[in-house]
Amino acid sequence: MKSLKAQDHPLSSSEAEIQHLESDMPGFSGDSFASELKKINLFPLKPTQIEVLQINLGKMCNQVCKHCHVDAGPDRKEIMTRDTMQQCLEVVKNHSVTTIDLTGGAPEMNPEFRWFVEAIRSIDSEITIIVRCNLTIILANPKYHDLPEFFMKHRIEIASSLPYFTATKTDSQRGDGVFEKSIKALKLLNDQGYGVEGTGLVLNLVYNPSGAFMPAAQAGLEAEFKKRLDDKYGITFNSLFTITNLPISRFLEYLLRSENYEGYMEKLIDSFNPVAASGVMCRNTISVGWDGYLYDCDFNQMLELKVTSIDSQHIKDWNEKSLTERDIIVKNHCFGCTAGAGSSCGGTTA
Amino acid sequence: MKTYYNPEDLKNFGKIGEFQKPLADKFFEYYGEVFAEGALTAREKSLIALAVAHTIQCPYCIDAYTTDTMEKGCDEEQMMEAVHVAAAIRGGASLVHATQMMNKVKEISM
Ligand code: SF4
Ligand code: SF4
Repeated sequence: MKSLKAQDHPLSSSEAEIQHLESDMPGFSGDSFASELKKINLFPLKPTQIEVLQINLGKMCNQVCKHCHVDAGPDRKEIMTRDTMQQCLEVVKNHSVTTIDLTGGAPEMNPEFRWFVEAIRSIDSEITIIVRCNLTIILANPKYHDLPEFFMKHRIEIASSLPYFTATKTDSQRGDGVFEKSIKALKLLNDQGYGVEGTGLVLNLVYNPSGAFMPAAQAGLEAEFKKRLDDKYGITFNSLFTITNLPISRFLEYLLRSENYEGYMEKLIDSFNPVAASGVMCRNTISVGWDGYLYDCDFNQMLELKVTSIDSQHIKDWNEKSLTERDIIVKNHCFGCTAGAGSSCGGTTA
Repeated sequence: MKTYYNPEDLKNFGKIGEFQKPLADKFFEYYGEVFAEGALTAREKSLIALAVAHTIQCPYCIDAYTTDTMEKGCDEEQMMEAVHVAAAIRGGASLVHATQMMNKVKEISM
């Protein structure tokens, strides 16, 4: 399977995606999300405090998951350079962020990945560093086999996607053989102490539905995952984050192709939860693109909607005051963050 | 084409209160409470509902509880097992009446 970009698919253009998100449908209008926020006095949406810097190290990935909002894959060559990483380090050094969240693609495929992690750790020995590791990368090439050890050495927190505790459902979303490799990688991480009680090494799993439906309640599903993975494979982990698929990129393409778009949007809109709306992750996060531009979140990054603070749109021009005072750009894809128990990179929010 | 069942009608279930609202209100309150987390989990209740939906062969309920069980984190294997439970009880209910047939046969046979 190729990325939408490599297929030259119309939906690989962010304008085309935005056009869908902004078009009126029988059950809702193109600016429904803003209207909902107005009703609860949250419009324009404002940040609370910038605590998390989520850095996208590139769109390159060893997998081509069907729902990927990054449209990542082996055919994507956009990756962050060491120069841009240096500019990120300046922000880590001089500002108040408490968490660095490294994502991609597969962030580990960036040749400067290890250098960058070491540099962050040497600036701040306490800062939380999260790596969104897709698990299979650990087995993809001998040069990645020692990643668990590297993660442990730098006290990295791992967040890994595993859509289900069975092969069929996992592979249908993430590709043939992904489940088996993920299980092997989880065992290697457990062997290193990750997800094992008492070690302090955090391994969180991320669940997202394999289709046009909402995620299950986080607590119940976490208990089920823990039981199944332990009983069958002897695998342990810390928490399960349930995430709602947002209607952009490859998931949007799937929704439109399978004629599920309208029904899915209606469901998200019907489940709008004001508590989740006040806790959306863009209120305490800044997302950095592979080329250093700044966005409200990873989703707005993929839609190429740069932050509205004109004097601080690139990491090299970081101005915390303007970023904190900016208006966050919202469109109908945001309903994915506010449906039901809410959704963020750290799971539910309400 | 006109048919007796229209998938769009499922969305309007809540509107049955347009006629005899107090009864509908009571029903939906009861319905909500039945499906809440209790001695059985909401997930277990959803699987029971899916099985019952197949027994009563209600297309609305089958659609609704297929989505609901998936949203409760069930997979195809669990869902199909639930439908087999419904089928086994249905088949069994027919077959167990064979004892009556057998009794009658014996009663009227030499
Ligand atoms: S592993 Fe992550 S980044 Fe890579 S294709 Fe899958 S969802 Fe996208
Ligand atoms: S999609 Fe991004 S901008 Fe919209 S609510 Fe979610 S985090 Fe905020």
